[in-house]
Amino acid sequence: MAQGWLQIAVFFAVLLALVKPVGIYLAGVLSNQRVFLTPIVGPIERLAYKALRVRPDEQGQDWKAYARSLIVFSLFSWVFLYAILRTQGVQPFNPGGFDSGPWDVSFNTASSFVTNTNWQYYGGETTLTYFAQMAGLAVQNFVSAAVGIAVLAALIRGIAARSAATLGNFWQDLVRILLYVLLPISILGALFLASQGVVQNLADSTVVHTLTGGTQILAQGPVASQEVIKELGTNGGGFFNVNSSYPFENSSGLTNFVEMLLILIIPAALTYTYGRMVGSQRQGWAIFGAMAALFVVAVAVVYFAEQHGTVAQHAAGLHTHAFDGSTGGNMEGKEQRFGIANSSLWTAVTTVTSCGAVNSAFESLTGLGGAVPFANLGFGEVIFGGVGTGLYSMLMYVILAVFIGGLMVGRTPEYLGKKIQAREIKLVTMAVLVTPLAVLLSAGLASATDAGKRSLYAGVNPQGFSETLYAYLSQANNNGSAFAGYTGFIQPNAPGNVGAYGITFADLLGGAVMVGARFLPIVLVLAVAGALAGKRVSPAGLGTMRTDNPTFVVLLVGIVILVGALTFFPALLLGPVVQSLTTRLF
Amino acid sequence: MTTETQARSLLDPEIVRPALLESVRKLDPRVQLRNPVMFVVEVGALITTVAWLIRVFGGGPLGGGSEPAWFSFTIAVWLWLTVVFANLAEALAEGRGRAQAASLRAMRTETTARLRDGGEKSAAELTRGDIVVVEAGETIPGDGTVIEGIASVDESAITGESAPVIREAGGDRSAVTGGTKVLSDRIVVEITQEPGKSFLDRMIALVEGAERRKTPNEIALGILLAALTLIFVVVVVSLRPFALFAGTELSETTLIALLVALIPTTIGALLSAIGIAGMDRLVRRNVLALSGRAVEASGDCDVLLLDKTGTITLGNREATEFIPMPGVAEAELAEAAQMASLADETPEGRSIVVLAKGFGIREHDFAGHEPTFVPFTAQTRMSGVDYDGTRLRKGAGDAIEAWIATEGGRAPAELRAGLDRVGREGGTPLAVARNERVLGVVYLKDVVKEGMKARFDQLRAMGIRTIMVTGDNKLTAAKIAEEAGVDDFLAEATPERKLELIKEQQADGRLIAMTGDGTNDAPALAQADVGVAMNTGTQAAREAGNMVDLDSNPTKLIEIVEVGKQLLITRGALTTFSIANDVAKYFAILPAMFAATYALAGEGSGPLDALNVMSLGTPESAILSAVIFNALIIPLLIPLSLRGVRYRPIGATGLLRRNMLIYGLGGLIVPFIGIKAIDLVVHNLLGA
Repeated sequence: MAQGWLQIAVFFAVLLALVKPVGIYLAGVLSNQRVFLTPIVGPIERLAYKALRVRPDEQGQDWKAYARSLIVFSLFSWVFLYAILRTQGVQPFNPGGFDSGPWDVSFNTASSFVTNTNWQYYGGETTLTYFAQMAGLAVQNFVSAAVGIAVLAALIRGIAARSAATLGNFWQDLVRILLYVLLPISILGALFLASQGVVQNLADSTVVHTLTGGTQILAQGPVASQEVIKELGTNGGGFFNVNSSYPFENSSGLTNFVEMLLILIIPAALTYTYGRMVGSQRQGWAIFGAMAALFVVAVAVVYFAEQHGTVAQHAAGLHTHAFDGSTGGNMEGKEQRFGIANSSLWTAVTTVTSCGAVNSAFESLTGLGGAVPFANLGFGEVIFGGVGTGLYSMLMYVILAVFIGGLMVGRTPEYLGKKIQAREIKLVTMAVLVTPLAVLLSAGLASATDAGKRSLYAGVNPQGFSETLYAYLSQANNNGSAFAGYTGFIQPNAPGNVGAYGITFADLLGGAVMVGARFLPIVLVLAVAGALAGKRVSPAGLGTMRTDNPTFVVLLVGIVILVGALTFFPALLLGPVVQSLTTRLF
Repeated sequence: MTTETQARSLLDPEIVRPALLESVRKLDPRVQLRNPVMFVVEVGALITTVAWLIRVFGGGPLGGGSEPAWFSFTIAVWLWLTVVFANLAEALAEGRGRAQAASLRAMRTETTARLRDGGEKSAAELTRGDIVVVEAGETIPGDGTVIEGIASVDESAITGESAPVIREAGGDRSAVTGGTKVLSDRIVVEITQEPGKSFLDRMIALVEGAERRKTPNEIALGILLAALTLIFVVVVVSLRPFALFAGTELSETTLIALLVALIPTTIGALLSAIGIAGMDRLVRRNVLALSGRAVEASGDCDVLLLDKTGTITLGNREATEFIPMPGVAEAELAEAAQMASLADETPEGRSIVVLAKGFGIREHDFAGHEPTFVPFTAQTRMSGVDYDGTRLRKGAGDAIEAWIATEGGRAPAELRAGLDRVGREGGTPLAVARNERVLGVVYLKDVVKEGMKARFDQLRAMGIRTIMVTGDNKLTAAKIAEEAGVDDFLAEATPERKLELIKEQQADGRLIAMTGDGTNDAPALAQADVGVAMNTGTQAAREAGNMVDLDSNPTKLIEIVEVGKQLLITRGALTTFSIANDVAKYFAILPAMFAATYALAGEGSGPLDALNVMSLGTPESAILSAVIFNALIIPLLIPLSLRGVRYRPIGATGLLRRNMLIYGLGGLIVPFIGIKAIDLVVHNLLGA
């Protein structure tokens, strides 16, 4: 186990070292300053503005205009993606000869990728053309990530502003985030992954004959180019159905390390960016501290649980202790190449962020280990979280903590000198509650109806309940990982989509939940930004509650845990908690 | 009034009895609708009552499950009690105000006003602009400004202070209040109130809470509590399908018990009581806040503007040194100064006599002489005494110089030097002359009130800056500011400069509190975020401020700030406590709900029974104990919410840490102990 801990520690150290430089660069991009890439990217940037017909320097947007642009853009993206998924039959780069997707699955998939969720009811290598993967899904991987960061940028400007009316320009933010951040890193990363053995081609699947005389189909495709943005934009939708456990997506321990780093780097660095943009680095570190504390606990619990195994496994006589030549532990659903430590670390990384890419099967996690993804999602994806989304969601919790803590120091609450009043509290509580409400209502509906139960793999038992709850938790939080038995798409074992059909209930409910729980909070967060932007700033004194010291970090962590735990504890009892206590195998 | 209220204990039967009645009357759903948290509890109480009635008439448990009938009944009773306890908290807080209002009402006697132009009018019909005459022994019929005459007035009805006060036309002591009594002389008063809107009327309405509107922060907190209630409603509603998925039926009673335990009933029940009690605490300090908003703002103040005279320094200067002219003995000067001051009843005059005693001079006996005392007038700016051809004068330096000149003498050059020295050192000089000769200078010093420095240090620790405002010149002001330990000062202040200073500070985002009494102060009082008008002040000042201090004690600003902070802290602390309590309630109720879920064949309890960490007796006793704890904690916390959580000037971080420990961590732990204790009674003694 010591070696496993060492690997985890090294990962965290590298991440920590990258936070400051990347954070500074991101602050430059989001503050519309000159950065080192400007000489190369600048001309393309200007061309993009011309094509979009925006003059960003003159067109500052208030929160409503910003939200309008964002909604219009996302709506357009959705229609565009849906159209691609439904017209596969006439598309180029279709060596597998796939038909168009059914309407319900396509509805779910379009909603999934526009909302940065990447929930996958479809199977990538068995149903999608390379064109749909590249022009449809990959494009959304880029722009949906940029939308999340743009919302954060607007919120930060609102917090940092001194009685301002505008929050910046959405189109400018979108263009700059894409051109200066997501594209350059993705290009470099794709070259690296390709050099490590991740495939990048447009060839049909390769059929090979194994030594034992069987046949095996090796799926191919333009994988490396899609792989990086899948992690970097905390999207998580794998080119292949089994995601990053497949060697063609994740070829070695090194690529595994780099991919995990790509998932966390932007969410983690944005805390530094935040501190820089509001003019107090300590504010950023305080939030980073809260996130890091929760993250470390998450990693530790999964690792411990997976190494230890379950009561039921022990009762069934399974050995989970380490012995010569094996790390021991619960190896069901894990890649031999990654072992317990790197699978556990990845599990925590991909669920604290809203990435959702996996390198092991969540369905096979122990009860306690499986409770960690549940908890991370239950906290509302604020432990680093999705690119942009994680920090703006965390800032909602910060305001909530400021409100409750502020009262306890005897002043009406204020954050960075701005009074938190009824309007802000109304918007913030709504923004925080939309997602849990969506989860509970949709999971309740799905577990109560026969239509919902058709998606189950494990049946009506704690595992089946975990599948259901996690499906809606994941979709509402725009994560995209799954307790993978849960399905919304039945496909016979034949090439193409012939004969395939979606489970309409799961597809529509999930799609609606993803869209609602993505865009309602976005609009509310922008409204908060608008409300804060116009406020006067009062200077901090000795009587002002500080939001940049350990005491506040403790308060913030406490509020995040309390809100998440109080909301989901009863539901978790019936899934992962039962499973970690029972001697029965489900 | 004051002493009476302070003596009144929380459990005074005169307040408790009507409050108990009131708390049942408040069960009216229209009253509860104002408070979403308690409204949900009442609806829950109603449903569980129906569930019990169904059992009585032979039905099964509403919504499924297998609980006994007495369980629904007991839960229903405790839910009703929860609502009653919440009502009780509010009624108790209101009752304390009402008791004060009653004693105020007794003061409002029906009087007949005599108008100046002949005629009479009932006091109730007086309107703005009426001019009335009031003579000794009569009650002033309405609020107004003295426009003619001077009188001593007994204002004990309003202030509780029995010593009469002087009210006179012009100046800063011209305001009179309806219901107070003229003791001597005759004054002419111009009425400044509309009928039924007198100061007394407003006071009654305020202490009764009739005009109580929710404050901005209360509204914001209310939204948060409503949002929490909403999410818990959804948590409980979704729990039914989740439980059915696991093959467990939950009755309505059980689900409602869980819901009520989870929603923030503790703070929801006490929120309005906390607000009323905050106002009440001010009233007991003899401060009337004209709006709850002002009380809240006082907790937020960053800057206090304090008048030097009367607030920081004693209103009176004190003689500390005699500076004789060349050729004059110090004792000679002391004796002359003392004799000139014998008839001077001002504190300055008394202090000269006291200082002179230090020179072995006993009180001078004029027996055998025929002294004629010359009183101080604004024109001469001197006072003194004439006897046996000797004429003693003391007064401002230039006044004495002028007087000497008319007597045919000349002031020595040393006089100017003496006067300047005193001025430079922050004091006020008085020259003393006998006949045509200047004897010397008396050094009158501003005396900083005892303990002021400590108070300002305390304020600084609270994060509040103090600015001293004075008409003195910069030199003098700087000297006193340093001695008193204020953070900053405004010298040579005029009302305009004061207003300007407030606006400047506000532009930087600061909240300002100040006190004032004169008509001059009215614009500044209106501009300040918290403007405390002295009751002795002018009507204009009293209307401009958002608080009135009946004791007219400017130092009280500091207490007002503390009350404001206390109010906010109490709200925050009980909110934290309320939410933290939920963890223990989960551990009581959920294992009880799912005790048998996924049990192995032949075993009574399933895996989730392991979460019954408090080892509560039975599922029924566990749920009941949580509900009882949830109800009982409300009356137990009523004293705290009325008294307020203590404020300590230990800085924001220290306060936050302290309150998080007590109410956050405490809120986590206390219910575990409480619920277990109740379960011991309910299960082991009563057999539930």
